[in-house]
Amino acid sequence: MIEIKNLSKFFSTENGDFAAINGINLTIEDGDIFGIIGMSGAGKSTLIRCINLLEKPSEGQILIDGQDITALEGRELLTLRRKIGMVFQRFNLLMQRTIRDNVAFPLEIAGVEKKSRLERVDELLEIVGLTSKAGSYPVQLSGGQQQRVSIARALANHPSLLLCDEPTSALDSLTTNSILKLLKDINHKLGVTIIIITHEIAVVEKICNKVAIIDESRIIEQGLVKDVISNPQQDVTRKLLERGELA
Amino acid sequence: MSEFFAQYGDLLIKNTWVTIYVTTLSTFFSYVFGVPLGVLLVITQPHGIWAHKTLNSVLGWIVNIGRSIPFIILMVALMPLTRLVMGIAIGPNAAILPLVIAATPFVARLVESSLQEVDAGVIEVAQSTGSTIGQIVWKVILPESLPSMVLGASITFITLLGYMAMAGAIGAGGLGDVAIRYGYYKYQTDIMIATIIILIILVAVIQLLGNGISRKIDRRIKK
Repeated sequence: MIEIKNLSKFFSTENGDFAAINGINLTIEDGDIFGIIGMSGAGKSTLIRCINLLEKPSEGQILIDGQDITALEGRELLTLRRKIGMVFQRFNLLMQRTIRDNVAFPLEIAGVEKKSRLERVDELLEIVGLTSKAGSYPVQLSGGQQQRVSIARALANHPSLLLCDEPTSALDSLTTNSILKLLKDINHKLGVTIIIITHEIAVVEKICNKVAIIDESRIIEQGLVKDVISNPQQDVTRKLLERGELA
Repeated sequence: MSEFFAQYGDLLIKNTWVTIYVTTLSTFFSYVFGVPLGVLLVITQPHGIWAHKTLNSVLGWIVNIGRSIPFIILMVALMPLTRLVMGIAIGPNAAILPLVIAATPFVARLVESSLQEVDAGVIEVAQSTGSTIGQIVWKVILPESLPSMVLGASITFITLLGYMAMAGAIGAGGLGDVAIRYGYYKYQTDIMIATIIILIILVAVIQLLGNGISRKIDRRIKK
């Protein structure tokens, strides 16, 4: 379980401090596919990046299974990050490595020996359906395939939590559907909790069981997807539902 | 023509080798020192993976000062040091020390700009995977920028070829020495032209080699 308590992140700018996120409270249960939706600049990316401390929060706590991670440093921080997978909008594959070696990267980092590394990579490529591309390089793959590789990579060290930062925003709608289906399968079969950042309500509707709407650095509404969709409380939420997408 | 080669062929071949030998070793050692310096310049930047303002400024200054001194002056100024380190202040081997000292800051800047081409997103992946700073440098930054660094190495080699000709003027030997002694002091235009042709060929070969290797190892290019 992940409990985010009163989380804020301030950036200092020329016009004083700016709160990218402000007093965020969220609870994500094990096995959830939790959607966080909002406009660009609402703070959703900062929020997800706080969860593996790519951004260091200014205030508040993030409890993962009861342990506050915000104070972790050095070795402990590295160990935490190895247990949390992350998928990015732009895939971010290593262009000079084969697909096999891209997926093996987190295993190398964690010091897994070569033989078990190769076995694990085969498993992962099978999960994402890219076994035949093991020896190819990223440039030879389509966007959707590259995102599959990045999902396989994120799963390498058996994480219990997968953070997805706009994972389908660089993909066409058909590819989006297949990536979302893959994420749902992973959640279902491997029991991985998923937090997904998006600006598309369709993404939330397709795979999330819970959703939080973030606007101007604050969570303005949250709950089960079916409740929020059938009975939105806030204007921003209604707008989101009407337009399907907030760019 | 054949008469010319009979008379000067050995001289030209021998000194071509001297030039290649000194330039190759100097390029190699300037990378031994220049790569770590370039890496430090990049990772200690304000938003680098090991941000360190003071160290970054100090290194930046050292590199800038190193690059400000014209090679011919540096070489003369370093003669006492060269004698101390190499045991001799003239000759091909003695040229290596000033060449390496002159080229290291240059290499550091070239390496710095190659490393900066690495996508910030990829470094972020490495961080989110729990990589140490050393792992990010060894497994991400250096391999991802290797094709660009190979291009930099050919530029360095060609620059050092020019410096080596200057070193020839004060007793390092090589093609620069031949050009000065025969072409300039003795007005032997044919020898001057021969050294120029050899240098042009050397530069062309190195550039082709650099471009070729870089292309061959660069997996971003669809083949």
